[in-house]
Amino acid sequence: MTSVNLATGLVCPVPANAPDRVQLGHGSGGKLSAALLQERFLPGFGNPVLAALGDAAVMDVGGVELAISTDSFVVSPLEFPGGDIGSLAVHGTVNDLAMMGARPVGLAVGYILEEGLPFERLDRIIASMAAAARAVPVPIVTGDTKVVERGKADGLYINTTGLGVRLPGATPGPDRTQVGDAILVSGPIGRHGMAIMSAREGMAFETGIESDSAALWPLVQRLLEQFGAEVHTLRDPTRGGVASALNEIAAASEVGMVLQEGAIPIPGPVAAGCEMLGLDPLYVANEGIFLALMPRPLAERALALMRSHPLGAGAAIIGRVVETHPRFVILETGLGGTRIVDTLPGDQLPRIC
Amino acid sequence: MKYLSEYRDPKVARGLISRIAETATRRWVLMEVCGGQTHTIVKQGLDELLENAVEMIHGPGCPVCVTPLEQIDKALHLASRPDVIFTSFGDMLRVPGSECDLLQVRARGGQVRVVYSPLDALELAQRNPDRQVVFFAVGFETTAPANAMAVWRAKELGIRNFSVLVSHVTVPPAMVALLESPDNRVQGFLAAGHVCTIMGWSEYEPIAAKYRVPIIVTGFEPVDILEGIYLAVRQLEEGRHEVENQYVRSVRREGTVPARNLVEQVFQLVDRKWRGIGEIPRSGLGLRAEYADFDAEIRFGLGAIEQEESTECRAGDVLRGVLKPVQCPAFGTICTPEHPLGAPMVSSEGACAAYYNYGRFRKAQPAGATK
Repeated sequence: MTSVNLATGLVCPVPANAPDRVQLGHGSGGKLSAALLQERFLPGFGNPVLAALGDAAVMDVGGVELAISTDSFVVSPLEFPGGDIGSLAVHGTVNDLAMMGARPVGLAVGYILEEGLPFERLDRIIASMAAAARAVPVPIVTGDTKVVERGKADGLYINTTGLGVRLPGATPGPDRTQVGDAILVSGPIGRHGMAIMSAREGMAFETGIESDSAALWPLVQRLLEQFGAEVHTLRDPTRGGVASALNEIAAASEVGMVLQEGAIPIPGPVAAGCEMLGLDPLYVANEGIFLALMPRPLAERALALMRSHPLGAGAAIIGRVVETHPRFVILETGLGGTRIVDTLPGDQLPRIC
Repeated sequence: MKYLSEYRDPKVARGLISRIAETATRRWVLMEVCGGQTHTIVKQGLDELLENAVEMIHGPGCPVCVTPLEQIDKALHLASRPDVIFTSFGDMLRVPGSECDLLQVRARGGQVRVVYSPLDALELAQRNPDRQVVFFAVGFETTAPANAMAVWRAKELGIRNFSVLVSHVTVPPAMVALLESPDNRVQGFLAAGHVCTIMGWSEYEPIAAKYRVPIIVTGFEPVDILEGIYLAVRQLEEGRHEVENQYVRSVRREGTVPARNLVEQVFQLVDRKWRGIGEIPRSGLGLRAEYADFDAEIRFGLGAIEQEESTECRAGDVLRGVLKPVQCPAFGTICTPEHPLGAPMVSSEGACAAYYNYGRFRKAQPAGATK
């Protein structure tokens, strides 16, 4: 048996688990995903624009601030309550652009189709994608299709690349959060992840939860037009949820955060589903909300603006940015205790009991 | 949410916290048996709020943490077989065996699936008649009825490609082992409400009497746990040592009789190794001879897999409540949820993981730093 010898003479019965190949957890948005980037991709591709690790890259091209972002969509099932892979592929990429303050100007889409996919289904997804793009509005200006053998893809995968132009005066970035900022969330959390989980085969419970999948640009645009550079950071808490997104911002900006448990909007069915499965809604994925970090004195006005828009009707101020405990996100529980809200190593694992 | 929000009511909780503080004339040492309770205590910071009145020791009631290394190795062996679909509750997937874990076996091509009920595994067997479907039957008395039901139904339906790898453990023998240990400090127990929902509490009465410890059958929400602590402290202050039921909305003295009967019909008491503690006589459940056909260890001839754990591992001290997770020299340095050295760091109900996930900040920062 392998043992690990410590300097202290302590011996534990199992070796440290250093994975020698890709695991599903590397796609979770947690620490394994971060390690995949830091240890494998960034050393190979590294450059200053990439190193910023924003939702989208921003480049100055002939005096215009262009934003570019790409995202691959491998969701299963392809159609779920509140959306499908087509609309999601528009929303996800448009939202990544929006989080850098960029108005989307064009999308490029790549479809990887599995042999045997019924046209009826493909047509529904194309129609849904087209409708989602028109609603933003953003044109789909180029694309590609490939077909792979049966069994090589889950029906279909979509990659979407978005090009955007940054709104003049807007400068949101993950490293711009400052001590004294308020943390706002534009709507109730956990709906996309729970909708997907309840729609998956083998899940013996129904929640009636719909995905929140939506293009956030219309609301983000109003926020940026009103508050400009005072909007320090924007983030859409997709995989890994609100907890992982805030941890990333805390690390990039070298600040601490304090969340109020009671202030975080969690829909009843999401809370109930999470209780049943032993999951924490703070780590469940969202596709139609964003986090905004901006100075506390402006927060009430920003909140009112968000709430006046359908995309932000359920907005709330959920916490504050502090100087103490940099890089740690702390949650004050309803009872007055505190706990840290860390990034998870990989996927959340449902508990036994 | 009905039956949930009222048990998380901050006002009620704060009232109980001050009643505990007023009642305790000294700092009593209590153990919560169940990992779910540990999770709530650390997640809500209850240990912090009660610091002057009670010391909470976190007991061995996390099924993931006490599942012995050799059972994990057997699971890894089965999951690696090309003819097997191995099914398990989610939190067993990251538990390190001797060489790897189930997630790594899956990355190498093993068929490993997370299920939420053993009956889902049985269904999977019906849908895949050309494969052997094995379910990892772990847990305390809480999960035993559903696991017994799956085996019973497999036999009724004559499903030949379903079996279970059993690693069931029971609570009372572990409590006795802790109380018999020479370094025991525990003065009172919070027993696990869901275990007692199935089994009732009559088994605990002789333990409370013999070892003169209050045992409070307790639920899992903050208000449940605080009330359980209050009842234990009150007994200790009054010199009583009885079994008391805090979890009245779920537990009756006789438990849930049909579930108990089913468990008894399918399982029998066996000696069982506990990870970090060692073998405890008659502390586990194994399949009865009539159901031996559904025992994966027999079907796949796993008897030869034996794995001893190092006696120097500190996880045992943590599980016995002798060592707080943060007192372990490996805690948070070379032992983290990404690279767990021992099982208590793996499951979210493990004491080490609960401390790491929710409590690391407290160790890293002086108290009151957030204020």
